[in-house]
Amino acid sequence: MRADRNQRAPLALKIAATAGLLFLHLPILLIFVYAFTTEDKSYAWPPPGFTTKWFAVTWNRPDVWQALTLSVKVASISTAVALVLGTLCAAAVSQTKFFGRETISLLVILPIALPGIITGIALRSAFSIAEIPFSTWTIVLGHATFCVVVVYNNAVARFRRTSASLVEASMDLGADGFQTFRYVILPNIGTALLAGGMLAFALSFDEVIVTTFTAGQQQTLPIWMLEELVRPRQRPVTNVVAMVVVLVTFLPILAAFYLTRDGDQIAGSGK
Amino acid sequence: MTTAVSFQSVSRHYSAVKAVDRVDLDVQAGEFFAMLGPSGSGKTTSLRLIAGFEQPTAGHIEIFGETAEGVPPYRRNVNTVFQDYALFPHLNVLDNVAYGLMVRGVPRAERHRATEEVLAMVKLPGYGDRRPGQLSGGQRQRVALARALVNRPKVLLLDEPLGALDLKLREQMQEELKSLQRQLGITFVFVTHDQGEALSMADRVAVFSDGRIMQVGTPQEIYQRPASRFVADFVGSSNVLPPDFVQRYSGQRGWGSLRPESIRIQAEAAGDGVPARVVSKSYLGAATRVVLEAEGLRINAILPAGARLPEDGEAVVLTFNRENMHVMEEG
Repeated sequence: MRADRNQRAPLALKIAATAGLLFLHLPILLIFVYAFTTEDKSYAWPPPGFTTKWFAVTWNRPDVWQALTLSVKVASISTAVALVLGTLCAAAVSQTKFFGRETISLLVILPIALPGIITGIALRSAFSIAEIPFSTWTIVLGHATFCVVVVYNNAVARFRRTSASLVEASMDLGADGFQTFRYVILPNIGTALLAGGMLAFALSFDEVIVTTFTAGQQQTLPIWMLEELVRPRQRPVTNVVAMVVVLVTFLPILAAFYLTRDGDQIAGSGK
Repeated sequence: MTTAVSFQSVSRHYSAVKAVDRVDLDVQAGEFFAMLGPSGSGKTTSLRLIAGFEQPTAGHIEIFGETAEGVPPYRRNVNTVFQDYALFPHLNVLDNVAYGLMVRGVPRAERHRATEEVLAMVKLPGYGDRRPGQLSGGQRQRVALARALVNRPKVLLLDEPLGALDLKLREQMQEELKSLQRQLGITFVFVTHDQGEALSMADRVAVFSDGRIMQVGTPQEIYQRPASRFVADFVGSSNVLPPDFVQRYSGQRGWGSLRPESIRIQAEAAGDGVPARVVSKSYLGAATRVVLEAEGLRINAILPAGARLPEDGEAVVLTFNRENMHVMEEG
């Protein structure tokens, strides 16, 4: 098996792999290019000229800031809710045995398997029956349904690999529940929560379908972008926003990737 | 003498399963006490009842005269060496051992001093910087021991601590545990399924079966005068003999226990004794085990090295001193 790793791939495979990767990532570069175009009504190729004026235009548009703020706010709150609920649920399911455990596990995971449109319609009907007015909080509720799942999935996998006797050892050595959480559980599941939390944030940040059904007049960033594409006015502003979002999110995701990779080694070394 | 741990008719039932069933037990202070039994016999549950990880469904537990029911593990002056050691993988050896002192708020300098001291006691001085993942099984075992001992517990609980070690290391650790226990004077409660380990280390042994204690006594009492067929068979694989056999060859009444090493094998011509036939032999090094058949029963005999070994299938006569035939009170 080890020898296979050193075999050189045939040229055709290399070309195919390169082509595949280019197909995935070139369109993203196109978005960057169009952020500098002088043409603002359509995406003409090649761009007739280049300018940086759209950055200033974007900076001065209040609707951009409103959408961005709302998206960050919704994603932060949803992630926070998901971190608390997802971790608690994962702890209960993985550390104890009780009647209906498998059912609860399934019901928690279900929202991510359901099409967003179903979740959206269901929530919208429920909100109207309960006469809950649409607000930031209804969007948060909608997003939390799937954010909990990704945190739960990450946490439950880590809990399963963490020996249950660690908690008992901590209690045995005189640590109460809070100290055990602070000094033993958190360090062991921390990187899993970081990865789950970042994924939850990312999912919430670019969610469109559920948001459409649970938002009132407010626009989150992805919904604002969709609207902008329909109305051909200062099109490159959308690209500027997209580019900034990509750059700002790229670094934390890279960091999370490296952090969780190391975390797996630490968690595995105890076995 | 003070009683360290006292069980008064303690039960721990999980719906229909009686893991521990009406157990009475007194462990003396400063004693090396072994709980011996096959898996599922209730010995580990009893240990967890002392540690506080389990609560009794009935009965009363006292630890040094104080009621233990409802007291959480972190408020008991009892520490455990876990079967899988349960070392914290994210902490180095020093922080693992110092954990109990840290959560109690002992200042850093003092807990480092105490940790170095106890690491030296378990013969791991200078290992503080290592991670548990970098240690061998035997070293992890010592760290687990140090982590418990640094808290100066009144009772140290050991859950099959030597199970994962190889034979040589296990024998060495048995010695060290025994001398540590004498040196510190701490009450040790030791769970094992290995009867040799229990007999060689413990001051007293409780033999568990099906959630109940079958017999409590010194290793000599348990081995030489087993109270029941189960104890006779489980401790030292004695020959358990039915009443009619016992009556015929020793004149006593009841089920008998005859230790394999108290049987002598003689040629058939020698006359008096139990006529038997050799089924098989296995070489154990210092001795040889001979499996025989007599009156439809399988009988094990152990012959010391140098004794004349009969051939397989040979007809022989078994003799033993009548006082070695121990008659058990219950069947």
